[in-house]
Amino acid sequence: MGAQKKGATARVSEDPEELARHPLQAILLADSFTTKFRPITLERPKVLLPLVNIPMINYTLAWLESAGVEEVFVFCCAHSKQVIDYLESSEWSSQPNFSVTTIESHNSISAGDALRLIYERNVIHGDFVLISGDTVSNMSLTQALQEHKDRRKKDANAIMTMVVKQSKPSPITQQSRLGTDELFMAINPVTKQLLYYEDKAEYSKGFISLDKTLIADNPSVILHNDKQDCYIDICSQEVLSLFTDNFDYQHLRRHFVKGLLVDDIMGYKIFTHEIHSSYAARIDNFRSYDTISKDIIQRWTYPFVPDVLCGSSAIKVERQGTYRASERCTIGSNVTIEGSYIWNNVTIEDGCQLRNAIVCDGVILKSGAVLQPGVILSFKVVVGQQFVVPAYSKVSLLQQPTQQDSDEELEYADSTSGTGELRSDKLNGDIAPDLSETASELGTGGVGYIWTVFEGAYDEEWRHSVAPIPTDKLVKLMLDKDEDEELLTQDGNVISASRELKTDSDGNGSEDDDNEDSRDDYVSFEKEVEATFLRAVHENVKVDLAVLEVNALRLSYNMASVDCGGAIFYSMMKLAVESPHNSASELHRNAADIVTTWQKLLKSFLHDIDEEIEVILKFEEMCLESAKEFAALFPQILHLLYDKEILQEDAILRWADEKEGADESDKVFLKRSEKFIQWLREAEEEEDDEDE
Amino acid sequence: MDFQVVVLAGGNSKSLTPLVSKDVPKPLLPVANHPVLYYVLHQLEESNLKDLIVVVEGEDAGLLVGAWISGTFVDRLHVEIAAVPEDIGTAGALRAISHYLTAKDILVVSGDLVSDVSPGAVAATHRRHDAVVTATLCCVPISGSSESGSSGGKDKTKKPGRYNIIGLDPRKQFLLHIATEIEKDTRLQKHLLHAVGQMEIRSDLMDAHMYAFKRSVLQEVLDRKDTFQSLKQDVVPYLVRSQLKSEAVLSGIRQAEEDGNEKVSFPNNQVMVSQILANASTPSFHELYSMDADGSAQTRKTHKCCAYIASSSSYCVRLNSIQAFMDINRDVTGEADHLLSDNVIGPSPKLGTKTTVGPHCMLGEGSEMGDKCQVKRSVIGRHCRIGSHVKVVNSVVMNHVTIGDGCIIQGSVICSNVQLLERVVLKDCQVGAGFVVTAGSEYKGESLARKEK
Repeated sequence: MGAQKKGATARVSEDPEELARHPLQAILLADSFTTKFRPITLERPKVLLPLVNIPMINYTLAWLESAGVEEVFVFCCAHSKQVIDYLESSEWSSQPNFSVTTIESHNSISAGDALRLIYERNVIHGDFVLISGDTVSNMSLTQALQEHKDRRKKDANAIMTMVVKQSKPSPITQQSRLGTDELFMAINPVTKQLLYYEDKAEYSKGFISLDKTLIADNPSVILHNDKQDCYIDICSQEVLSLFTDNFDYQHLRRHFVKGLLVDDIMGYKIFTHEIHSSYAARIDNFRSYDTISKDIIQRWTYPFVPDVLCGSSAIKVERQGTYRASERCTIGSNVTIEGSYIWNNVTIEDGCQLRNAIVCDGVILKSGAVLQPGVILSFKVVVGQQFVVPAYSKVSLLQQPTQQDSDEELEYADSTSGTGELRSDKLNGDIAPDLSETASELGTGGVGYIWTVFEGAYDEEWRHSVAPIPTDKLVKLMLDKDEDEELLTQDGNVISASRELKTDSDGNGSEDDDNEDSRDDYVSFEKEVEATFLRAVHENVKVDLAVLEVNALRLSYNMASVDCGGAIFYSMMKLAVESPHNSASELHRNAADIVTTWQKLLKSFLHDIDEEIEVILKFEEMCLESAKEFAALFPQILHLLYDKEILQEDAILRWADEKEGADESDKVFLKRSEKFIQWLREAEEEEDDEDE
Repeated sequence: MDFQVVVLAGGNSKSLTPLVSKDVPKPLLPVANHPVLYYVLHQLEESNLKDLIVVVEGEDAGLLVGAWISGTFVDRLHVEIAAVPEDIGTAGALRAISHYLTAKDILVVSGDLVSDVSPGAVAATHRRHDAVVTATLCCVPISGSSESGSSGGKDKTKKPGRYNIIGLDPRKQFLLHIATEIEKDTRLQKHLLHAVGQMEIRSDLMDAHMYAFKRSVLQEVLDRKDTFQSLKQDVVPYLVRSQLKSEAVLSGIRQAEEDGNEKVSFPNNQVMVSQILANASTPSFHELYSMDADGSAQTRKTHKCCAYIASSSSYCVRLNSIQAFMDINRDVTGEADHLLSDNVIGPSPKLGTKTTVGPHCMLGEGSEMGDKCQVKRSVIGRHCRIGSHVKVVNSVVMNHVTIGDGCIIQGSVICSNVQLLERVVLKDCQVGAGFVVTAGSEYKGESLARKEK
């Protein structure tokens, strides 16, 4: 009841005028757009599945009501009729200060579609709470809402506040106790802005990479691996229009949140609100169904526990047993039930054994049947006598949909789920398929199909099952992880070694490496210069005009004259290589001709020694990469350039000096031109002697 | 304390030309009339760390530095000078002097550090955690963006504001990630994150180049990884990266150290799993990782990499660019004057009539100034002769400089034995040692130096 009071104060503390305009609204998605609860969800929507004997949606609605929400729009898609019927017949349709409106859709395949539809209906007028119908919480929204509003006032781009909660994933399986995958979030500790979100962790990748600008903009960033996303979002109206603008957004997190984080043009921001003592969790898979059920029984979610919610005396808090029998169940003698969920009207005959299983309504276990850990028995399945249902089997009266989502379509698993559930909606009325031939699948007298598990999905089986993860899996995982780490550490070494080489080799300050962005610019600049040069050659443009054109290019690309020199030289050499030649000497002649013709153009961009050195470096690079034919001619060309007074001896000598300290691999060309440099040095000394 | 200190005073940093030369190696470059090396040695002396090895690049520089140290710190410090070849990097330098290292822990300090961070405090932190490496971090000074990346002044001086990216655990004790901004994006190891849960990534901290190492580990790494050249870029990142996985390289030596001939017992996975599951909230992630079946001996080797974060009020700048040189000179005479133990104005400089010396100035002994001079926020070395009507603002003038009448010097550095003839106007210039500036010349933003043969 405490939370209800808090909810009341929430209303009071809000800006009175704002309250007058917008009652707090919420969108409840009564369709998870996933297939994790199949086969059960083929026959009944997930939100109506009993969670400690009460349909899940009741927890969510009760919390919304207590948190001060006045108007809820329940979006139904799969099994929409069942949801609507349920809500109409329930107490929620007749609450005084709490209106529940259903929005029905038959063709939505994702949360994105749902929000787009709601946007079209034009029913949301202010901030709203976005939640799915399988969320259990008892948090108070007051503070989070207030923070959200305050931020909005300061910054209109702060459009969403996500609720997160401390939850450290297991160090071995890398999943939380709710069975969800590990989540990496980067949050600014001061502003609480969300900067990075990665939930579908790629197991193969041992690294997380944070964008450079992200770190530059935030002096301190905390990267969390110990938080859990509660899937409770406080959103501003813009969120809906954003979904409409970006019609390809499907998934709330994978597309919407990541989309906003990556997009820096609009500048929309997402913030987080961390809760500490209150409860919030979403039932995403069978494991979280198990975990949350236990939490509810242990009353972590108070006041949202069955005895309070129902208000009837039918359900009482009993001792914390390992099983809870439901209405009209018949359980024979000598039955062992451990950690299992048995819904209504289940008949379990003598001598059955159940471990960590979910048994839906109307199931009959004939005597001596055994359910191994992780078994899911959907509605009205009959297990034959003495039959052992293998671990992690999913058994249903309905056949497995044939166009099951294959691996490569994981992204679109949503779509098959939606339609699949829809189709089963129709089937729902007349479940009387011909079962005679399949009887054998579940032993004598058994009824139902055992669904086959797809390859690659095995992993998911034990990760998300109700059963605890077996120890041998854990050990295997640990060993795997050790190997991975071994690899990673080695990887790291490789990286650092190569980096080391790099820093060594560009000791002479080729500035392109500094900055990748300018490199891209440079590449296109180089292309432009080359085109200009070729045009000049073919159309016999005057040198002065060519200089002007290159200068114009330089200005428009914001390049230094160093870059021009390099680029022009590059174009010249490329032309030489591309002109027809049969031997190295012909190539040399080509190059000589071109250099002679255009030396004035090149010279006009070589004002000082640094620029000349740049030309040599450029040439070296070409010899290694684009124009290997020159590699043999390196000293000759160098000499040519010296003769034509394009390069001064100082430049060549300084280049040689700088290269002296470089790696062996880097000195190839230095070695080749050793003679020439030697000659230069001697010439210089002679000159000096003469001077003195 | 069983601590040996290695002062890396190498690097004839190119970025400091023309201030440094053959005659004035970088460690002897005067900052507020004291060689820059003085600040480090003084700080070490204060912390009672007196067993030092000063590593200098090149024999000549070694002699010069040795002569100065024995003259200045005679009897106060036990210093050995080790000259190593040039350009072998910081790790290379340590490798070269490895046989001198005998103490349990080694403190490595960069010789160009001007700081009031106590080396003793760093050493204590290192010991307290029994860490393999402890790095000193300090807040980036607001005034100057003088931090440049690499050690030994190898490169990158052209990039201002190159900060380190540092990952810390929630209690800010352990170093989880360290990188200079070389790659485009920062890559973080996930398994480390799994172990700690959350990591704070800071980009406003600067690596002060003061590291404490466990000697055995340092030597082991230097031996095995012979490609490692730089402490900052190779050795420290390597140690940080492998902190949860250290048996790969360090088991042998640790084994020998901890217990004579104990065999490595392979972890009993089954039990370990349950231990880890049961201890979901152990205090330190290192302990969690190193947990064993019976909890006694270590089976999974981890080592600790610690961070010592200096308080934001402390002063810490490295002299690795001309800008940094100017900043340090200004700060040492101004806001950070506690770095110097002796008085700021030397004994009896001779000042002419109507000559004013503003605050934050320093005049060396034996310097003379003519009439109507103005000195503001500047350092003037020993035995300088300054004529009349001279204006010196925001500048550093080293020893034995002669300045003619009517000179105006702003934001410039004048090295020793320079002669400025009459009416020279210098703005943002650097004048190398022994240079003569002709009368009436004006320079702006230039670097003047004699041609060295």
